Amino acid sequence: MAAINRDDVAHLARLAHIEMSAQELDRMAGELAVIVDSVKSVSQAAGDDVPATSHPIPLRNVFRDDVVGHTFTAEQALSGAPDSEDNRFKVPAILDEA
Amino acid sequence: MTETNELIRLSAAALAEKLAAGEVTSVEATQAYLDRIAEVDGGERGINAFLHVNAEEALAVAAEVDAIRAAGGAEAEALHVLAGVPIAVKDLIVTIGQPTTAGSKILEGWHSPYDATVVERLRAAKMPILGKTNLDEFAMGSSTEHSAYGPTRNPWDLDRIPGGSGGGSAAAVAAFEAPLALGTDTGGSIRQPGAVTGTVGVKPTYGSVSRYGAIAMASSLDQIGPVSRTVLDSALLHQVIGGHDPRDSTSLPDPLADLVAAAKTGNVEGLRIGIIKELHGEGYQAGVENRFRDALELLKEAGAEIVEVSCPNFQYALGAYYLIMPSEASSNLAKFDGVRYGLRVLPEEGAMTIERVMGATRAAGFGDEVKRRIILGTYALSAGYYDAYYGSAQKVRTLVQRDFEAAFTVADVLISPTAPTTAFPLGEKLDDPLAMYLNDVATIPANLAGIPGLSLPGGLADEDGLPVGIQLLAPAKEDARLYRVGAVLESLLEAKWGGPLLQSAPDLAAAVAGPVETLVGSQEAK
Repeated sequence: MAAINRDDVAHLARLAHIEMSAQELDRMAGELAVIVDSVKSVSQAAGDDVPATSHPIPLRNVFRDDVVGHTFTAEQALSGAPDSEDNRFKVPAILDEA
Repeated sequence: MTETNELIRLSAAALAEKLAAGEVTSVEATQAYLDRIAEVDGGERGINAFLHVNAEEALAVAAEVDAIRAAGGAEAEALHVLAGVPIAVKDLIVTIGQPTTAGSKILEGWHSPYDATVVERLRAAKMPILGKTNLDEFAMGSSTEHSAYGPTRNPWDLDRIPGGSGGGSAAAVAAFEAPLALGTDTGGSIRQPGAVTGTVGVKPTYGSVSRYGAIAMASSLDQIGPVSRTVLDSALLHQVIGGHDPRDSTSLPDPLADLVAAAKTGNVEGLRIGIIKELHGEGYQAGVENRFRDALELLKEAGAEIVEVSCPNFQYALGAYYLIMPSEASSNLAKFDGVRYGLRVLPEEGAMTIERVMGATRAAGFGDEVKRRIILGTYALSAGYYDAYYGSAQKVRTLVQRDFEAAFTVADVLISPTAPTTAFPLGEKLDDPLAMYLNDVATIPANLAGIPGLSLPGGLADEDGLPVGIQLLAPAKEDARLYRVGAVLESLLEAKWGGPLLQSAPDLAAAVAGPVETLVGSQEAK
């Protein structure tokens, strides 16, 4: 597996929506390289015949009856929002040119 | 010792008995704990186990229980056995009427519009909630030093870590600031703090306690569980919070076994207890290994059969965990984006778009460890790496499960030290994430496999006089076995010590009020 470098971290930080300073990128790249190196043996542990486990105790088709249960009022749902208007979450422009 | 001092040192079971007998009121007990919190939790050298103290509501619930008891009749008869017994709740679990921060700046001041299922069940049992306890930010850490609100101190030595992520809950119980607490355990966050603070902590079978209302870190690993000073107390609390919840789609439909009865079984004769070859010896502190050996000896004398098992794939467990957990965390924490709740930070310059607001909000709101894990998880899930990292880690999960299955064909319960070392000094591992991760080496396999685990005090290490934890593991849905063996081992150990381990902890009130020594700069280091 490839090692993780500073450009990778910058790209990943953009994907994860976390702004990082140049200093932070340098430090994070060093730390993550060590961590990634320490976990690489995992990829050699199991052969192709071993199935993956996503949940330790799988349950299948967990449904409930199709009836309206408890719902929040708009006021409750918006109670922790940084900004709202007309019973809606208010966000900054979603397009660059705004 | 004053009366208050005796009251706060009672086990939850003993307090419940006194409440039922009318020897003490819930208001007296709740106030005694609030006084203790005021005495030892704040200030420069305080324990800092609590992020929020919920005095008014707790006393109101206590008064309600007292009134019902005083009135007598059917309502008093119907009171839950733990009614009036106070409890602290890890601040990862949402509560109406109190802030929930998850130890993060990004949720500072946020109030949940709903209660977690476990909190609803505490309220139904009429247990006064004393407040919310400190944790590593979003439960990511093994020392509680990654809290945005300062580290919690270990009641045994104020310059040492109380474990993590549930250091607040464990320290609160160890410092007699609460008789019971709730924790959450994703890779050991209930059990490892229990080990290093000389308390009991249980990670139930995955899905046996509802996760509804626990802020998710890694959904396939997270589990809420009890924190206490005795095995029986954990069983009592487990019984309150456990059982099916239709609001959690991973909640098991199985009815809960009688865990309290299991804790009262009183014998281990003929039980096969398996030592896991890979989880002791090399890499474990000598004093930890010695106390582990003592525990085995006692169990053997009590009639248990000690066998050795090997779990060869555990060598990959830590690596697999540090791929699966960050992957799930990076996805779960995407919702903290400055739109629906919590912090919103505007970029200092340039275009004011939602993307840039998210980037600035998450940069300011998350601490270093959370950022590290989000980036690591984003990496492990990214195109081209998914199979090699996340996919391989999921296969290791299967191998770990198979190791446990094989082990449980020859043993009824497995045993190991809970953590490789006793509590380390604050600040020691803060700049070395990998060293910090190694604390969880013995606890992680249970989370990967979904099986239950219990940590109880095994004594003090010879070299540093600090608590050592003994971990018991049982097959999925066999949590009762942990309580049976745990309670027997606890009573054998206490007979040997002449009382509970916590009675040999230092006088906290004096230590907290004592002179400020050189403070380890763990907060500054952030």
